[in-house]
Amino acid sequence: MATGLKLKELSKKEDLFTHGHRMCSGCGAPIVVKMILLATDYPVVASNATGCLEVSSCIAEYTAWKIPWIHTAFENAAATISGVETMYRSLKKRGKMDKDIKFISFGGDGGTYDIGLQSLSGAMERGHDMIYVCYDNGAYMNTGIQRSSATPLGADTTTCPAGIAIPGKIRPRKNLTKIMAAHNIPYVAQASPSNWMDLMKKVRKAHEITGPKFINILSPCNRGWRSKTNDAISLSKIGVNTCYWPLYEIENGVTKITFKPKEKKPVVDFLKPQGRFKHLFAPENEWLLTKMQEEVDTEWEKLLKEEQCV
Amino acid sequence: MTQVVAVTGNEAVANALRQINPDVCGIYPITPQTDMMQRFASYVSDGKVDTEAILVESEHSSMSACIGAAAAGGRVVTATSSQGLALMWEMLHIASGDRLPIIMPVVNRALSAPLNIHGDHSDAMGARDTGWIQLWSENGQEAYDNTIQAFRIGEHMDIRLPVMICLDGFIISHSIERIEYLEDAEVQNFVGPYKNFLPLLDLDKPKSYGPLILPDLYHEYKKAQHEVMAKVTDVVLDVAKDFEKMSGRSYGLFETYKLDDADIAIVILNSAAGTTKDVIDEFRAKGVKAGLLKPRLFRPFPYRKIADALQHTKAVCVMDRADSFGGYGPLFMEIVSALYHAKDKPLLMNKIYGLGGRDYLPEHAETVFSELIELANGSPLKNVKEYLGARE
Ligand SMILES: Cc1ncc(C[n+]2csc(CCOP(=O)(O)OP(=O)(O)O)c2C)c(N)n1
Ligand code: SF4
Ligand SMILES: [Mg+2]
Repeated sequence: MATGLKLKELSKKEDLFTHGHRMCSGCGAPIVVKMILLATDYPVVASNATGCLEVSSCIAEYTAWKIPWIHTAFENAAATISGVETMYRSLKKRGKMDKDIKFISFGGDGGTYDIGLQSLSGAMERGHDMIYVCYDNGAYMNTGIQRSSATPLGADTTTCPAGIAIPGKIRPRKNLTKIMAAHNIPYVAQASPSNWMDLMKKVRKAHEITGPKFINILSPCNRGWRSKTNDAISLSKIGVNTCYWPLYEIENGVTKITFKPKEKKPVVDFLKPQGRFKHLFAPENEWLLTKMQEEVDTEWEKLLKEEQCV
Repeated sequence: MTQVVAVTGNEAVANALRQINPDVCGIYPITPQTDMMQRFASYVSDGKVDTEAILVESEHSSMSACIGAAAAGGRVVTATSSQGLALMWEMLHIASGDRLPIIMPVVNRALSAPLNIHGDHSDAMGARDTGWIQLWSENGQEAYDNTIQAFRIGEHMDIRLPVMICLDGFIISHSIERIEYLEDAEVQNFVGPYKNFLPLLDLDKPKSYGPLILPDLYHEYKKAQHEVMAKVTDVVLDVAKDFEKMSGRSYGLFETYKLDDADIAIVILNSAAGTTKDVIDEFRAKGVKAGLLKPRLFRPFPYRKIADALQHTKAVCVMDRADSFGGYGPLFMEIVSALYHAKDKPLLMNKIYGLGGRDYLPEHAETVFSELIELANGSPLKNVKEYLGARE
């Protein structure tokens, strides 16, 4: 029997990602992981790409994972879990395994959008029964806030620092969620920890679908975003309400926006509380703010149209 | 009942893998390995094995998936060559560091640039320090036999390490030779059922594989890997003994040919040993005491035993089908290290031969033996390392 998505019942469930991990206080990633594991009512095995979540959750001889967990390298969390899942199927076929197990892969944006894109694409195309979760904090945080292809336009990072000649990142983000949808896999979604019920519902739904699934989750990082340590949830909420991070799912090719803000907020609401965008508020960089708003608007309009195309 | 067949090296190794019937196999094409895994893929499609093939999008993912599969708990194989092995390099260390007995035939091929698809040993020599056991094979029969023995060695409960079986690209992988096959049941019985050790799929005892290890423990972890390697030689010999009982074919850590009373000798790996043996017979007929040593187990390298076998000779040429540019050939470095602590030691020279599939001909071996005779008779050594048979 699946537990209901009621706080009262969820609060009684055992945390499978425990305290004692060494992520920064206020980090979004452990919140995301906890929500995913709370929403999972099956035995589950996870793989993890190298990155903040991995290096801080299993430091010999301690582990924060109460589920079977494997980390091998940075660019291959999808390939690694695809091997685990293949062995599981092989053992089942030979009658050596009688349990029903679910498989999840966790990767940061660097490990997913960039160096791990091939491994992810391959695993999705091969059709493994797994969920790949990208916790997107918009930079290589573990190595000290370097730019990735998920870093938003204008952001100040240590490899695209906001300088006099170049005002931070001058390229927009890669739309990975759409790239994954283009793999024609049965389920692709975007979620945010601010909308926990929506996130957990998506995880539950994904578990019930056989085949490869991909969920991209906004994961605030107060170190890299230069924001307050208590704002992971409020910032991700603003991200959703500005439509910077729309909540939607694409199930068997059909797009559904799962949350439409009553009033779409200007993207500056999302940028203002974050030090990585501070320089954008200087008069000479105003064009970047305009460009950013235009981009958010265009993407949102596209998404609305896509939803109507059913 | 032995079955005698005429098959290529690739076909023989693919057949060994069929007889073993592993749980998971990573498949990705690269010349000259391609045809080995293609054959295995048809065993899968034809239901001749129960293996789940994983048709990856790169060798990096192949080794990553093999690591995931082996950690999950079961018998795992893949095969590669050259650029494929190079692309796997990062993951090779992780397979051995995680102590996962993955078995991988490596059909030896040159490395780019410039691009060359033919046989030399640059690929496997580049993987020398990855913590894998390496078995080298002179011909199709040895590649077949080594493949079967590799499972017993790597999966041994005192060892639990991945094993590479090296065979020469094209020269062995694509040449048809007379090969004796064991029966399926014999192979199954020899290899035995896979023994699990800390499987990830054991839900009752959840495990974390691949932690971050800080300076307080990493050093000891690596020492443990070093120590397990020290146990490998005995296991290799025990497994060879059992294998001989079943097949009648005997294997050691290395093979010697007319070495016991030799004054001069060649040390050489894989297929070129065959040609060298013929030339040794020629020189013996002329009254020259020539001999050969062909390493089989390259990692761990049996330094002491090889030194014992060579120390009575006067002059030795170590032949490398790979180069460490700016250094000596990789096999030469091992032989020098082995002999350094020996009481008596021969004079040593290093020849680089046969790169990128360049033929190694009897006249090459003849040249080397003639030089060795001069060296043994007191002529000075001009260069320690030289390229053999290179065009001017
Ligand atoms: C092949 C390889 N290249 C580079 C690194 C260094 N590295 C480790 S973690 C990391 C950044 C991870 O970024 P991301 O995936 O976004 O996760 P985050 O740390 O932000 O959570 C990098 C660059 C590595 N471990 N392996
Ligand atoms: S640097 Fe950022 S992503 Fe990494 S642990 Fe700290 S808050 Fe989390
Ligand atoms: Mg990141």
